[in-house]
Amino acid sequence: MTEYNFAYLDEQTKRMIRRAILKGLAIPGYQVPFASREMPMPYGWGTGGVQVSAAVLTPKDMFKVIDQGADDTTNAVSIRTFFQRTAGVATTTATSDATVIQTRHRIPEEPLHEGQILVYQVPIPEPLRFLEPRESETRKMHSLEEYGLMHVKLYEDISRHGHIATSYAYPVKVEGRYVMDPSPIPKFDNPKLGDMAAIQLFGAGREQRIYALPPYTQVVSLDFEDHPFEASKADHPCGMCGATDSYLDELIIDDAGGRMFVCSDTDYCEARQTAGHKGKDAA
Amino acid sequence: MIELKDVSKTFTLHNQGSAVIEVISNVSFAVAPGECVALTGASGAGKSTLMRMIYGNYLTQAGEIRIGGLDVVRSEPRDIIKLRRDVLGYVSQFLRVVPRVPTLDVVAEPLRALGVPTDEARDRASALLTQLNIPERLWSLSPTTFSGGEQQRVNIARGFAHSYPAMLLDEPTASLDAANREVVLSLIEDAKARGAAIIGIFHDEAARTRVCDREIDVGRFTPGMAA
Amino acid sequence: MTPLLSVQGITKRYGAHIGCADVSFDLYPGEVMGIVGESGSGKSTLLNCMAGHLTPDAGQVVFDTRTNGPRDTITMSEPERRMLGRTDWAFVHQHARDGLRMGVSAGGNVGERLMAVGERNYGDIRDKATDWLGRVEIDASRVDDRPTTFSGGMQQRLQIARNLVTGPRLVFMDEPTGGLDVSVQARLLDLLRGLVRDMGLSAIIVTHDLAVVRLLADRLMVMKSGRVVEAGLTDQVLDDPQHAYSQLLVSSVLQV
Repeated sequence: MTEYNFAYLDEQTKRMIRRAILKGLAIPGYQVPFASREMPMPYGWGTGGVQVSAAVLTPKDMFKVIDQGADDTTNAVSIRTFFQRTAGVATTTATSDATVIQTRHRIPEEPLHEGQILVYQVPIPEPLRFLEPRESETRKMHSLEEYGLMHVKLYEDISRHGHIATSYAYPVKVEGRYVMDPSPIPKFDNPKLGDMAAIQLFGAGREQRIYALPPYTQVVSLDFEDHPFEASKADHPCGMCGATDSYLDELIIDDAGGRMFVCSDTDYCEARQTAGHKGKDAA
Repeated sequence: MIELKDVSKTFTLHNQGSAVIEVISNVSFAVAPGECVALTGASGAGKSTLMRMIYGNYLTQAGEIRIGGLDVVRSEPRDIIKLRRDVLGYVSQFLRVVPRVPTLDVVAEPLRALGVPTDEARDRASALLTQLNIPERLWSLSPTTFSGGEQQRVNIARGFAHSYPAMLLDEPTASLDAANREVVLSLIEDAKARGAAIIGIFHDEAARTRVCDREIDVGRFTPGMAA
Repeated sequence: MTPLLSVQGITKRYGAHIGCADVSFDLYPGEVMGIVGESGSGKSTLLNCMAGHLTPDAGQVVFDTRTNGPRDTITMSEPERRMLGRTDWAFVHQHARDGLRMGVSAGGNVGERLMAVGERNYGDIRDKATDWLGRVEIDASRVDDRPTTFSGGMQQRLQIARNLVTGPRLVFMDEPTGGLDVSVQARLLDLLRGLVRDMGLSAIIVTHDLAVVRLLADRLMVMKSGRVVEAGLTDQVLDDPQHAYSQLLVSSVLQV
């Protein structure tokens, strides 16, 4: 443990990141620039989330990492191990036991409680990017609340597909002010963003942006009056635990096109199975 | 209705040694409602120039040109535009239109500019085009492709679409056959009868004698000619 | 009557070089004014100063706003000025690709201004967009196509629809027919004339094409070396130009 400073980053850097986090919490949804550091992992592997986690972790924390809901994928395992080695913090897969949860592209099914921090890995923090590539212009649009363009994106969706086909990274408006990219979580998770008891922090390493939602923040998914927002999911129960209220992954299970649907949140699914729930595909 | 007082005009040709050419000097006359006055004089006497000055198309260096109370010489562009829309009509010898606009709409346009509904304006335009013997199959075509005589008649129809209280006619009967000439002369007589003040240039002496009440020899006011 | 736009003493320098100097005029509701001059005469600089794209070094651009009456748009706050740019003002660029979102469908392009001012009903927005495509003579079946699949003339008409959909009162146009075939130009001119008349628009059109101003503009300003050398009724300036430069400009046009 003497090789690393606690949680890898030096104290000055953590201070700088904490300042950005505090500013982000003070202005919910606003993208705060920060001096992102080189991390010992490539961009796209959660360097933004890792820096935010490093800045908020304390020795007493219980750390959990999920990648698309799962605790056991490469990305989740490597980040969890990283902080085990560099911070010596305890880790868990149980959502309710964790104090800091770093996530890639999901919000746990189990409602979070006060005192918890959810850290998102963000690839592209700017929701207006795809329609307006100029950063100078998008910053101005944010500062002047010129968000018509965001609806142009949804309009295009409907005109092309007959409905709003954006199914992840679905844009939201925070406290009636900033339009925010919630990171590529499925839009099924969007309703959980609002009024959440936990603190939500978003870190984009390559893009050098941090933004945040303090507890119990109002978050509204953008939509049209005649095409209201819908939090959709595959219309099946989980094959393993039988849950009908959770976000499902579709698995191809043989060469004949056979498939099954299972909870993307592995902790949620396992907890249900342990409690005796059983899906139709369960062994 | 139309009143000219000591009107003078010079052209300064900056790109030809700044030559100053005095074309009209000290013209004064008036035209009352219901009256038609012919401008006469040899070619180059300045008949068309004087007409264009009255229309505001040429700038007047001195004097006053009052039409229905407005002094064209000293008015803002927007007042002249309003005057041209409401009060002062002009049938020139040349048709100048946006290519591809149908003849019917070219003729209806002065009425549309006054806010007359499209259908009503087109009805009036159809009546005039019929009267001037423009075959109906041509109405949907742009007049830019028409013969000289046809263009002239379209121009006249356009000029008479609205009942202007004052009118300027530059050779309205030129290049017309006898039948159409007759139609144009009766249009002028009708305009006079409803009280329009008209100034015209007619090389056609018989036409001039028939519709004009007076003649004014512009040559008298042309410095070069008088000398 | 209050002028819709009152421009006073607009001056813009680029270092020692003069962009435009001491330009003043009033534009009244429903008036269309042309600004002509050769390349580098300052006409585009002037247009961009008036439209808020450039900040002049001196002068005022007073616009008669709907709610607060005449306001100097140069000193008003940027949000207010940008709001004008989305509502009462429109800007038609010479190159349609500068004024369109090329990656967004025709309907989305037209609908953007509506959504920018808060319209949130997809069906209404789409109906209005389709209606406007019709008004600029683009077939309704093209509503979901991107402008990249449109011809140059169609792109320019789409740009006009996109600008006029919110019913602006003042339209700035920078060489709106530049770069188009002559036959396409004619169609566009006719369309613009009809829209100006039917919507009671005021417009300022910068062009080097005297035929365009003769057909569209009520009034004309001739610029040379950043200064206005002559102004007046369009046909008067073209048929009886007074200034040496205007005479040269008019006499330089090829007759066809």
